[in-house]
Amino acid sequence: MSAAPHDITLAHHFDTLEEQHEASTLGMWMFLSTEVMFFGGLFAAYVVYRSWYPAAFVTGSTYGLNLPLGTINTVVLLVSSLTVVLAVHAAQTGSKQLATWLAVTLLLGAAFLGIKAIEWYHDYEVGLIPGIRWDDTAKSIWATANPPVPQREGEIFFLVYFCMTGLHALHMIIGLGIFGWLLYHAVHGRFTPRYHSPVEVAGLYWHFVDIVWIFLFPLLYLIRH
Amino acid sequence: MSHPTNSTRVYYLILAALLVLTGLTVVTAQADIGAWHTPLALAIAISKATLVVLFFMHANQSGKLTWVVILASVFMLFILLSMTLLDYLTRSWTQYW
Repeated sequence: MSAAPHDITLAHHFDTLEEQHEASTLGMWMFLSTEVMFFGGLFAAYVVYRSWYPAAFVTGSTYGLNLPLGTINTVVLLVSSLTVVLAVHAAQTGSKQLATWLAVTLLLGAAFLGIKAIEWYHDYEVGLIPGIRWDDTAKSIWATANPPVPQREGEIFFLVYFCMTGLHALHMIIGLGIFGWLLYHAVHGRFTPRYHSPVEVAGLYWHFVDIVWIFLFPLLYLIRH
Repeated sequence: MSHPTNSTRVYYLILAALLVLTGLTVVTAQADIGAWHTPLALAIAISKATLVVLFFMHANQSGKLTWVVILASVFMLFILLSMTLLDYLTRSWTQYW
């Protein structure tokens, strides 16, 4: 039990800051386990549809998605995970770099979303968004595949693609909001080596979103067989 | 309170490993390895995710309760995917042995 004077960042139902910190990180891990199932459902749908329509998935992945942009986005997110863990380290050591690393993370996250917007806009232009703008002419990547891929199956591939990357992008947007909030409070000196749980907990969230993309990237962009 | 590591060098090394694995997965996707594409891509992705969980999310410094949550999540996901596949991949079977 801590004999130190009452710390204003210590909630009264915890005995020590350590206990409070453990509780908040464990709480975030538990939330992330629900997120694993949330995305897991979509991965299950992916598994089923890919087993049913392998040709559509190969064609869609090879000719419908932008591999260079997808690769760049993967690198962007991996680097952002580094800047996140450097921000946590800065918070732990009381370094003034905290705000800088948080800001860089925000920029990288925004870059990721910008690149996704470019990809999606291109999909809109060429007609690869089922239900919204879909190219069902003889010039489509489905009709020109060898052998031709049924339209419906191609639509299913892109439905899976947009649902999965869309849900992921939504999580990125939320992550940007969280990190913007963190940056505001970091600039106002709210975090110290004794109290910086929000930074650590938000970091866990960000890493999870990165891990989802680590799986999305090969499963969507690298289907060749 | 989590104990800060003395240096950030480990983090940079882990990022380097992650980038190498990313390059590897992109390159092997173009290679002619037939049915090995998917298992290899998944193995690489799982390795990357493991590095992130262990080192960036500090699971290697975390208590047993955290590990219970992590392993339980993976287990549940495994059940979801394997049981779903078990159903769908065997629907066309007419003989069950």
